[in-house]
Amino acid sequence: MIPLLRHIFRTGILTEPMPEAEGGPQREIDRLHDEILKVLGRALTIREVDAGSCNGCELEIHALNNPYYNLEGRGIKFVASPRHADMLLVTGPVTRNMENALRIAYDCTPDPKLVVAVGDCGCNGGVFGESYASCGAVDNVVGVDLRIPGCPPTPLALMQGILAAIRTTK
Amino acid sequence: MIFHAEPIEFVRQPGPGAPVWRGRAADGEDMLRFAISVHRHQGRLAALWGEDRRQHGAGYRLHCVFALDEGWPWLSLDLAAEGDQCPVYPDLSGIFPAANRMQRATRDLVGIASDGSDQRPWLRHGAWPADWYPLRHDAVHEVGVGVGFDNFPSDYEFVKVGGEGAHEIPVGPIHAGIIEPGHFRFSVVGERVLRLEQRLGYQHKGVEKLFIGADLVHGARLVGRVSGDSTCAYAWAYADAVEAACRVEPPPRALMLRALMLERERVANHLGDLGALGNDAAFAFGLTQFMRLKEDWLRLNQQMFGHRFMMDRIVPGGVVMDVDAAALAAMIEQCGVVRGEVRKLRALYDAHAGLQDRFATTGAIDAALARELSLSGMAARASGILLDGRAHRQGYTPSAPYAQLGVRPVTDERGDVAARVAVRFDEIYESLRLLREIALGLPGGEIRVDVAPLGDAAGLGVIEGWRGEVLVGVRFAGDGRLARVHPHDPSWQAWPALEHAVMKDIVPDFPLINKSFNLSYSGADL
Repeated sequence: MIPLLRHIFRTGILTEPMPEAEGGPQREIDRLHDEILKVLGRALTIREVDAGSCNGCELEIHALNNPYYNLEGRGIKFVASPRHADMLLVTGPVTRNMENALRIAYDCTPDPKLVVAVGDCGCNGGVFGESYASCGAVDNVVGVDLRIPGCPPTPLALMQGILAAIRTTK
Repeated sequence: MIFHAEPIEFVRQPGPGAPVWRGRAADGEDMLRFAISVHRHQGRLAALWGEDRRQHGAGYRLHCVFALDEGWPWLSLDLAAEGDQCPVYPDLSGIFPAANRMQRATRDLVGIASDGSDQRPWLRHGAWPADWYPLRHDAVHEVGVGVGFDNFPSDYEFVKVGGEGAHEIPVGPIHAGIIEPGHFRFSVVGERVLRLEQRLGYQHKGVEKLFIGADLVHGARLVGRVSGDSTCAYAWAYADAVEAACRVEPPPRALMLRALMLERERVANHLGDLGALGNDAAFAFGLTQFMRLKEDWLRLNQQMFGHRFMMDRIVPGGVVMDVDAAALAAMIEQCGVVRGEVRKLRALYDAHAGLQDRFATTGAIDAALARELSLSGMAARASGILLDGRAHRQGYTPSAPYAQLGVRPVTDERGDVAARVAVRFDEIYESLRLLREIALGLPGGEIRVDVAPLGDAAGLGVIEGWRGEVLVGVRFAGDGRLARVHPHDPSWQAWPALEHAVMKDIVPDFPLINKSFNLSYSGADL
C-alpha cells in the first residue's frame, strides 16, 4: 500500500485548466460549474453512443477522463444508460445496422436533452458518407444540437464542444 | 514453390513486404485438400474474401490466405457465374472454425456461398434484401435517408441452451461503457456462463464498397479508418499490398519510419489496455496512471507527426513526413521515462493481491484451442504460441526493416487474463527497445517514391499490428483505380476465441476477459 501511495504522491496533480469554449467568453472553472448547474440543475451526465465509428473517436473520448483533462472531476460524467443522461455524445457515421438502436437510445433520453455529433463522420458522414450500409451524419437520424468535427477531434476540441453545447441551451 | 507436396504451384509475390505466395486452385476439391494439408501442418486460416469478376468476362473468385511457418500462401478459386445464382464452394469451417463468419460475410456481400450448414446472415441485419449483394459490380441502389431499401430489424437464430435454471442475458448492441456496439447473448446458470454467442455487424458501414473505383490515395485514407486504433498497421499493410502489385520499393528510411510509427501505435494501445484492465478489476489507480502515460505518448505523436494517432502518415510509396534529430532525441528520452514508469507500475500490479486474484486463471484458452481457432497476435502469444510476424523463426525471415531489428517475441504459457497482461507489459519493453534502435539507426535518404498503379495487378500486405495480424488484399482495375480491397482484422479470429474464453467463468468476469482481448468491432464489421 505504501509504494502505491508514494506513487500517487509523486505523480501529483496533473489536471490542466479547462479550455475556452469556442467563441465563448472568458470563464473560469467555477463559473462553468455554475453554468452547468444553472442549465441542468445538477452535474452534466453524458451517454456516449458509438453508432458506427472506426473507434478513433472513442480513443479520444476515453482520454477526456485521463488526469490531464479530468472531465469527471469537473462534474461531467459518462453514464451507462441513456435514461440517466442529459447529453448524447454520438460518433458516426450512423450505420444502417445501428440506426434503430440510436433512435431507441434517443427516445430513452429524458427531455431536455442535448445531442452532440462527434467527428467528421458524425458531422457529415466523413469518408464513409451515405451508402447502402451507412446513413451518414448523425443529423440524418436524430436531431443534433452541436457538431464537433475532427478525425478524430482532439480531447480539447471535445471539451470545447461539450461546453459550447451546454451554452446553447441557455 | 510447392507446399507439403500439394499439387498447387505457388509464386512468390515480389517486393520487400511479408513473404506471400500466390496460387490458383483448379477446383473446390483442390482448395479443400490444400486447406486440410495446412491444418495438418499446424497452419492457420488468415483471411477469406470474395470478388466479383464478371465485368472481366469471368465469374467470381474466392480468396483464401493461409498462414504457415514459412509465410502466407494466398490461394484463389474461380467460381463460374450462372445467372443470378449464388455460386457454391466447399465449406472450410469444418477444418478452420474461423472460416464460419468470413464465409457468411462473403455471402452477404458478394453472393458466393459455402456449402456448409450455417447459412445465417452475418453482416446483413435487414438493411438490404437477401438477394442483393453490395460488392457485385452491378449492385446499384439509391442512397439517402428515406430512399433505397427499407431497414427491417431482423431476427437472429441464437443457439439455445436448455436445462433447469438456464437462462439468457442479452447485452447490446449499445454497451454500458464508451465502446463500440455489438450484441452478446449469454446463456447462464446463476452467474456461471455456459455459453456466449456474439452477433456482430452493427459497425458495418460498407467500407469495401467504397474502395471500388477509388484511386490509391483515397484508398489509403479509407484503409486508415477501418479500425482507428490500428490505423498505422492498416496503412502499412495497404501500402505493402499496393507496392507489391505495382512493383515499387519504398526507400529504407521510409520503411524504418513506418516501423517507428507501428511500434508507437503498439505502445499507445498496450498502455491504454493495461490501465483499462486495472480499472475493470476495480483498480482505478492503474487506469489513471496508464492513461497519463498514454496521453504523454500521444502528445509526442502530435509533436512528431502532427496527429495523435499518426493517421494518414503511411502511404503507398513511403511516408508523408520526416522526423528531425530533435524529435528523435525527444522520443528516446520519453522511451526511457516510460520504461521506468511502466516498471514501477508493473511492480505495483504484481504486488496487488486483489488484482492478481481477478487476473489469474480467468478467461483461459490453451495453445491447442488458440491454434484450432487460427488465433494470431498478442492473444495467441499469451496462449504460448510463439508467433510474431516481426520476428525470425525457423524458415521465416520477417520483412524489412524488422529483419535487421531482431525482434524478441514475447510469450506466456498461461493463456489467461494474467498472461495477456504480462505479454502486454513485456511487449511494451520490447517496443521501447526497438524504438531506440530505430531512432539510432535511422538511415538517410528519401522518404517517398512515386507509385504508378499497374492495371489488373494484385498484392497482399501482412503487418503484425498491436492486436495481431492485419492483412490487406488489393487488386487494381485496368484503368489504375482500385477494383477490390479487402482489409482483414485479427479480430475475425479472436472474437470466437473470446466466446471460448468466458465459458465456465462468471458473468462479472466478462468485462475483464473482454478487455484482455480488446477486439475491434469496426475492423471485423467493415
